[in-house]
Amino acid sequence: MKNSLASLFVGFLFALGLGLSGMTQPQKVVGFLDVFGNWDPSLMFVMIGAISVHFVLYKVIRRRKSPLFSIDWQVPSKKEITPALVLGAFIFGIGWGLGGYCPGPAITSLASFESRPLIFVISMLIGMLLFNLMDKKLKIKR
Amino acid sequence: MHQDWINALLGGVIIGVAVSLMLLMNGRVTGISGIINGALAKVKGDTQWRVFFIGGLFLGGLALHFINPAFFTNELKTETWTTVLAGLFVGFGTILGSGCTSGHGVCGISRMSSRSIVSTVVFIVAGVLAVALFRKMGVLV
Repeated sequence: MKNSLASLFVGFLFALGLGLSGMTQPQKVVGFLDVFGNWDPSLMFVMIGAISVHFVLYKVIRRRKSPLFSIDWQVPSKKEITPALVLGAFIFGIGWGLGGYCPGPAITSLASFESRPLIFVISMLIGMLLFNLMDKKLKIKR
Repeated sequence: MHQDWINALLGGVIIGVAVSLMLLMNGRVTGISGIINGALAKVKGDTQWRVFFIGGLFLGGLALHFINPAFFTNELKTETWTTVLAGLFVGFGTILGSGCTSGHGVCGISRMSSRSIVSTVVFIVAGVLAVALFRKMGVLV
């Protein structure tokens, strides 16, 4: 339960960060990616802010033996650059540019009670389920 | 500095603090696509924290909506099929590629993961190409 409440709080805080930064406004995302058109660089600062904070805190936190509410760390350690990694990122990027949402802002935007984020999220879940179905057969190396 | 840039930077700092708290408390990476997909898998004992996280994202959205609905301004004039296609691509691509903007772009880059650096470069380049192409086609207005 402690893990779940911690996740609830992190999700809440994360959503506030998304909203303040402009990530929940699709035209800003598209503007950020519109390098060859009317480029809006503002969302670059989201990554700069988030990475500088986490870059430092990651090192500090990992000095501990274990997390507060779990027995062990569960941080990915894979190193291999696979075709799946590159192809998946490419497909994701196309969808991100077309819709202006990545997964977090899409979920947060459900709270606007507009139809567009809802349509996006349902399609996204279908996309995930389609992948899982395909992967059951193909067992793709990710 | 432009006000939008300052807000983006502050929002980014909040996101950086949030993912650090996830690491400190639960020992986990905040990879949102992976958290959602894991919730779909309904593995016993590994679902509740995921659902609570997604609930937190939604509650944060409600707070934003209550403070100012303009946080959800959408000026894109796109047809419904583009939203459907975009969602399908984002869902499929993030799971095939083991992560999205949060897991690779923020958490992975912060710990200098080579996979995450490659992923982030690729999805930004793909996004730039997609926007240029869809603008030209008149799909994105």
